[in-house]
Amino acid sequence: MGSLQLQSVRKSFGPVDVLKGIDLDVEDGEFVIFVGPSGCGKSTLLRIIAGLEDTTSGSIRIDGAEVSAVPPARRGIAMVFQSYALYPHLTVKDNMGLGLKQAGTAKAVIEERVRKASAMLSLEKYLDRRPAELSGGQRQRVAIGRAIVREPKLFLFDEPLSNLDAALRVHMRLEIARLHRELKATMIYVTHDQVEAMTLADKIVVLDGGVIQQVGSPMELYNRPANLFVAGFIGSPAMNFVEAARLGDGGAKTLGIRPEHIALSRESGEWEGKVIHVEHLGADTIVYLESDRVGLLTVRLFGEHHYAPGDTVHATPAAGQVHRFGADGRAIH
Amino acid sequence: MSKARTSLSRTTVVHLALIAYTLISVFPVFLTLINSVKSRNAIFRNPMQLPTAETFDLVGYTTVLGQGDFATYFQNSLIVTVVAIALVLLFGAMAAFALSEYRFRGNTLMGLYLALGIMIPIRLGTVAILQGMVATGLVNTLTALVLVYTAQGIPLAVFILSEFMKTVSDDLKNAGRIDGLSEYAIFFRLVLPLVRPAMATVAVFTMIPIWNDLWFPLILAPSEATKTVTLGAQIFIGQFVTNWNAVLAALSLAIFPVLVLYLLFSRQLIRGITSGAVK
Repeated sequence: MGSLQLQSVRKSFGPVDVLKGIDLDVEDGEFVIFVGPSGCGKSTLLRIIAGLEDTTSGSIRIDGAEVSAVPPARRGIAMVFQSYALYPHLTVKDNMGLGLKQAGTAKAVIEERVRKASAMLSLEKYLDRRPAELSGGQRQRVAIGRAIVREPKLFLFDEPLSNLDAALRVHMRLEIARLHRELKATMIYVTHDQVEAMTLADKIVVLDGGVIQQVGSPMELYNRPANLFVAGFIGSPAMNFVEAARLGDGGAKTLGIRPEHIALSRESGEWEGKVIHVEHLGADTIVYLESDRVGLLTVRLFGEHHYAPGDTVHATPAAGQVHRFGADGRAIH
Repeated sequence: MSKARTSLSRTTVVHLALIAYTLISVFPVFLTLINSVKSRNAIFRNPMQLPTAETFDLVGYTTVLGQGDFATYFQNSLIVTVVAIALVLLFGAMAAFALSEYRFRGNTLMGLYLALGIMIPIRLGTVAILQGMVATGLVNTLTALVLVYTAQGIPLAVFILSEFMKTVSDDLKNAGRIDGLSEYAIFFRLVLPLVRPAMATVAVFTMIPIWNDLWFPLILAPSEATKTVTLGAQIFIGQFVTNWNAVLAALSLAIFPVLVLYLLFSRQLIRGITSGAVK
């Protein structure tokens, strides 16, 4: 129903190159998430796919058809925006139906599709309200409903959950995951929140500086980051990086060890260090320690542990969980 | 009102200042109104006195209304003002939308060029305007006045409206584009309703100078059929004798239509329909 191919897509604003040649294949029914720090070009890329920005060069194909010169409304896409972007003067029902009405769809069909979408999102009670009379979560559901009603080939989400509070965000995340299962539609989702990316995606695209750093399933990115950027970006708390030379590893430039792959002990271990700060999260305890051998380390322990700043501890990396990176920042496998 | 942020002395000072200003601005209007219903002698002897049983006299109003042409003058003023406001709002908003929404070469320059109109009074160009109107045969038509006032109002309208249009969410316009609305539909159906309060502000600022103007009606359309109220009132001001009753009555009458228009627009100023569009 909806596949997408991007071929060397470039975008410049004046002298600034925002996207420096993006190649990407999205299969039908996939849930693809673009992540990256702010300014990495992920939103621009999404807007280019939507047709809200023109490409400087490159080709975009939706279902095999070149759409670079097709206006947004005829690309067969639907988009959900961060700020909801509901039409303030229209009711929920008219908000959802406007796109179809513009396309000249028959009234009965619009009714039926709005009914189906609102049932899916439990919005039936609100169909005659205006956006001002809805809460943030309800507004975002209407925005998603407006996308569903169009029955698009591609769903585009531009940081849809960023305006919601933490509890609602988790709830909407589940809802979006459920929708993806039910609709079996192709979805492209932009976020800077790696938890959203890890939990929702079939495939994550990590972007930085207008270049794709790595494409892969969440676990591929976690277990086999292609380079230093991806290694540091995916995972929270961030991966510890240690100069390889300090540990006598001549073949690599940098070694990376995830905080959860380090064991702590008061008695013995590879690296001795002093605890400088401890964060108790209940399920996890995050220990920050300063060691002469490897510098600052973050260690994530599961459950409650009673370390205090000033304690002397020994850290040991788990065998086989050390990532090695060469001088160019690429992973060495 | 919370006590923490207001003190009696501050409130008093603020209110005194506001009351003083109100008195100063309302006083001339008040004087015009009371004297318009007094006899000629009373106007000169006791201009500050309220009309009493002896001095009450509607001769000014009977003169003005009996003149017969005043209905036409009012009609002319209304036509010119309303059409000019409509054109200023329409074209001003369109220009403002283009300047704030689209990136094109010369965008900033165009904005500055339009802003120049705020700084340079249009009256400097009167001679050229008159020549133009003569050449196009528009002298002594309301069209001439409408055109001039539209030109006069557009710079301020563009200036104010483009600032407001920048605040309209991009996401909303993009949602419209994805839903297949044309750029015109986005402008008329999404953006204009959201900047309605700003439009009302512009309408009020545009309307008052147009209604009160004497200069252009005198120069461009002094014929009997095209006189506006302010120009019409001048027939009572002579070189040697001025019919003050009639002048004051005419001016008092001239206040009301503009007051009605103002009330109409100020309702829009207050009504906020923007909430709920974006978070």
